[in-house]
Amino acid sequence: MKISWTLFSTRRCTAILCALALLALPRTSGAATPPARAPEAAPVILIQNATILTVSHGTIEHGSVLIKDGKIAEVGTSIKAPKDAQVFDAAGQYVIPGIVDCHSHIAVDGSVNEGSISVSSIVNIAEVLNPDDINIYRDLAGGVTVANVLHGSANSIGGQTVVIKLRWGQPAAKLPFEGALPGIKFALGENPKRSNFSIPGGTPRYPTTRMGVEETIRAAFTEARDYQQAWAEYDKRSAAGDKNAVAPRRDLRLDPLVEVLQGKRYVHAHCYREDEILMLLRVAKEFGFKVRTLQHVLEGYKVADEIAAAGAGASTFSDWWAYKVEAYDAIPYNAALMTHRGVIVSVNSDDAEEATHLNQEAAKTIKYGGLTHDEALKLVTINPAIQLGIDNRVGSIDVGKDADLVIYNHDPLSAYAVVQKTLIDGRVYFDRQRDISERAGLEKEKKALTAKEKKAGEKKPDATIEMGKRPGAKPDEKKSEDKPKPQGDAVTGGAL
Amino acid sequence: MKRLKWIELSVASTAAACSFFLGASAQAQTPTTYALTHAKIFTLAGAPIEDGTLVIRDGKIAAVGPNLEVPSGAQVIDAKGLQIYPGLFDPLTQMGLSEISAVNATVDSSETGAYNPDVVAATAVFPSSEHIPVTRAAGITEVLVAPGSGGFDFSGSRGVIGGQASAIHLAGWTINEMLIKRSVAMVLTWPTIQTASFDVATFSRKDKPFTEAKQDYEKQVNELTDYLDRARHYAQAMGHGGPSDFQRDVKLEALAPVVRGQLPLLIFADRARDIRNAVEYCDKQKLRMILAGGGEAYKVKDLLRSKGIPVILRPTLTLPEEEDDAYDSLLTQPAELAAAGVKFAFGSFDNSFARRLGQQAANAVAYGLPYEEALKAVTLYPAQILGVSDQVGTLETGKVANIIVTNGDPLELTTDVKFLFIKGQQTSLDNRHLRLYEKYSNRPKPTTGAN
Repeated sequence: MKISWTLFSTRRCTAILCALALLALPRTSGAATPPARAPEAAPVILIQNATILTVSHGTIEHGSVLIKDGKIAEVGTSIKAPKDAQVFDAAGQYVIPGIVDCHSHIAVDGSVNEGSISVSSIVNIAEVLNPDDINIYRDLAGGVTVANVLHGSANSIGGQTVVIKLRWGQPAAKLPFEGALPGIKFALGENPKRSNFSIPGGTPRYPTTRMGVEETIRAAFTEARDYQQAWAEYDKRSAAGDKNAVAPRRDLRLDPLVEVLQGKRYVHAHCYREDEILMLLRVAKEFGFKVRTLQHVLEGYKVADEIAAAGAGASTFSDWWAYKVEAYDAIPYNAALMTHRGVIVSVNSDDAEEATHLNQEAAKTIKYGGLTHDEALKLVTINPAIQLGIDNRVGSIDVGKDADLVIYNHDPLSAYAVVQKTLIDGRVYFDRQRDISERAGLEKEKKALTAKEKKAGEKKPDATIEMGKRPGAKPDEKKSEDKPKPQGDAVTGGAL
Repeated sequence: MKRLKWIELSVASTAAACSFFLGASAQAQTPTTYALTHAKIFTLAGAPIEDGTLVIRDGKIAAVGPNLEVPSGAQVIDAKGLQIYPGLFDPLTQMGLSEISAVNATVDSSETGAYNPDVVAATAVFPSSEHIPVTRAAGITEVLVAPGSGGFDFSGSRGVIGGQASAIHLAGWTINEMLIKRSVAMVLTWPTIQTASFDVATFSRKDKPFTEAKQDYEKQVNELTDYLDRARHYAQAMGHGGPSDFQRDVKLEALAPVVRGQLPLLIFADRARDIRNAVEYCDKQKLRMILAGGGEAYKVKDLLRSKGIPVILRPTLTLPEEEDDAYDSLLTQPAELAAAGVKFAFGSFDNSFARRLGQQAANAVAYGLPYEEALKAVTLYPAQILGVSDQVGTLETGKVANIIVTNGDPLELTTDVKFLFIKGQQTSLDNRHLRLYEKYSNRPKPTTGAN
C-alpha cells in the first residue's frame, strides 16, 4: 500500500494510515481479473518526423523526441536513433505533452460523495482507487495521462484528493503521481447547500445558504487552528523534556485542514458564482491559506482580477451552462477572459467522457475569446500541471521531464484529430492500431466465455439471474459528478 | 488580434439584431430580397459552387448558382472568402421546453403518466428562451422539439408515449412564426428490461431478478399493444361515422395518424436488444418508425437497413454502453451505419449542448465517416427523416432560406458563423453569452482589492 505514504506527511497520521491501508488491502489484491497489459521496463523510443507542440518553446516541424528511462532525453530536429531504439515514424502527425485533467472522478470505487456531513475531510479518495475502472483506459485513449481525482461536491469541505497517472494495467498502488501534493475538495453554492439534491421528507443538513457555507468553513478552520496550536504547544513542551506533556487527542477531520494551513495540501474548491468565489478568497486570507484552484468557477470571468490578485488557479468547463441556476451565467468565453486577465486557467472534464476530448474543448477558446493556438493548448497541459504543482515533471515537452506524450494524426486543436498513441513514463499505454488489431480476439474470447457461462447457467437455473446483471445498466454509473450530461437522457429524462 | 475580431463581429451582430427586431415588426420596412455574392456555396444538392451567388426573396431561396445577376433592390452581402451552407438542423432537442434543467419551474419537457399522445411540444416552446439565440449562434437554424417520455417517476416506472414532437425555426416572435410543422412524430420510449433501478426512497441502487424484470417489460409491451388496438378501433370509427357515433377521446384521436401510418413513431432505444424489439414490433404492427438514441444501432445495422428505419443518433460524444465495447464504438458507429446503408442524422438530445452538433459530426468524420455524409447528417438527412425536406435541408430554389455564412468548415470547432438567415431574414447572432462576455471584458480594473 505504497499509495498512502505520500499523502500523509505528518506523524500524527501514521495510525490511521495503517488502519486504512489494511482496509484497502483486499480490494486491490483481490481483483478478480488481472487488468490487461502492464508495460514492462521503459524502452528507448525515438519519435521522429512529427510536428512537435512543445508548449514551452514553440512548435518544431519535422521534429523528434528521444525517450530514455521514461524521461524525455532529447528534443530537436536531427536526433539519430540510438541502437536498440524503437522508432515511431510520425510523419504528418502531431506530438503534444500528455493531457492533464484537473478535475476527474475516474478510477473511484463507488460513490464520490460522502454526503452525510458538510465537513467530510476525514475521507480520502486515495483509499478507494480502482485500477480496473475502464474509464482509465478510455481517457487514456483520449490523450489524458494525469488526472486530479477529486471527492464530490456535496460538502463545504469535502474529502481528500489524489493526483494519478493513468497507468492502465498497473495496480492501485502504482496510480498516484509520485510526490504530487495531495489536495482536498471544497465546494460552495448549490451543491453543499443541497439545493438540488434533497430527499423528499428528509431533514435538511446545515448549511442551506451560502452564508452558512462560509461559516461552516470558518468554523472548521477555527477548530483546525486551535488544534494546530495545541499540537505546537505539546511539541514544544515535549521537546523541552516536559514529562507531563500530554498529546492532544488526534482529530482525523482536522489533520488535513492543518496540512492546508501548513501549505502541505492543496485546496481545490468547486464554485460557480462570483460572490462565493470572493467569499472563499476572503476566508482563505483570514486563515492564512491559499486556494490552489477554483474548480468550475463558471462566473470566474466576472471577478478575474480578484482571482488573479489572490494567485488562485481557475479550472473550468469549455461550454457547459444552464443545468442549474448558478450555471445560467456560464459563458464559453470564461477561460479566455480569465486568461487575458492574468489567471492561470485550465479546462477540465469532471466527466469520464468529456475527458476523452479535452483537446477539442481547449480548442473552443480560440473561437470563444480569441486565445492563440499555444494559449489554448496550455489549458490542458502546462496550466493544469502548474495548478497541481507538477509542472517540473509534466505539462510540456522538455528534456528531463517525464515522457508523457500523445501522438495525434492531425492538429490536436481540431475536431478531426484522433489519438494514435499515448505514452506515460516513456511506455506506450495506449496504441490505437494495437487496440483495433486485438478486437477480434477479444470478441472471440468474450463469446467463448459467454457460451461457457450460458452452459453453466443451464445446469443451475439460478445463474440466469446473474446473467441479467449487465455492467452497462448500472443506474449509479459514474457520470459527471456535477451535471447530468446530454448522453444521459436529457430528452428521455432519465438522468438522475 | 483575435479579440479585435470579436469586437468587429459584435458590431455586425448588433446591426443584425436591429434589423432582425425591426424586421419582425409590422411597422418597419426590411429588405425582402438579399443577394449573397462571391461565396463558395455548398448547396448539398450538387457540387459546391465556387464564386457563387445566392438570392433570397420573400423568405425563400429564389436562385443559386454562378454568374447570377443581382436583382435590383436587393440588399447585397459580399461574401468573398466565405462559405454558404444550409443552416444546421438539430433533430432532437427540448429547445424552449427546458430552460434550467435543475429548476422544475422552468422545465416543461415530460408530462406525467405513461400515455400522453395528445400533448404537443410546440404548445410549450418559450420563444424567449436564452437557449435559442445561443444555439443559433452555432449555426443551427432549425430543430425538432421533442417531449420526453422516459422520465422516471417516484415509483420508478417510466412513461411510454410522451407526445408529439414539433419542428421549429430558431427565430420568430411567436411559436406561430417559428413553426415548420406542429406534429412531426409521436415520441415513444421503448420499455427496457430493467434489472437495476434507482430507489429514490433510499437513494440507492435496487436490483431485481432478470425473470421479474422481463415480466415487467412484457407487461408494458402488452399495455402498449392494447393502447394501439384501441386507437386502431377508434380510427376506424372516426373513418366510418360522425362524432356523434362515438365518444370523443383526444388521446386516441391523437394516435389515429400513427396507427394509419401517417405519423411516424420516434422511438427511444439504445441497447441492441431494445432496438431489435422495437423494430420487430413496429414491423408487425405496421407502424412507421424513426429510431432515436441508437447507442448500439451498429450492432443491428443490417436489420435497420433491411427495414428502412432511419436513426437520430445520440451524441457521438458518449461512452459505450458496455465495459468491454470498443472505446470508440460511438465514434465509429456513424461510419459503420453509412457503409451499411442506414440513414441517420446527428442529434444533440439537449439544449445547452446543442451547439456541439457540428463537433459531433466532425468527430464521426475523424473516425471514418465521409465528410459529405457528416454534413448531410446535420442538414439534409434530419429534414428527410422528419419529413420536412421539401422546406429545409439544402440550398435549392423554392426552399425556405435557412442559411449560414461561415469563415470555414461549419463542423470545425474554431469556425465562426458570420451571417445567418432564417426564413429569409437576416437574424441576429447576438446572445446571452456574447453579451456577458462583452460586459465583463469591459469591466475596469477593480479599485478595491479582492479581499
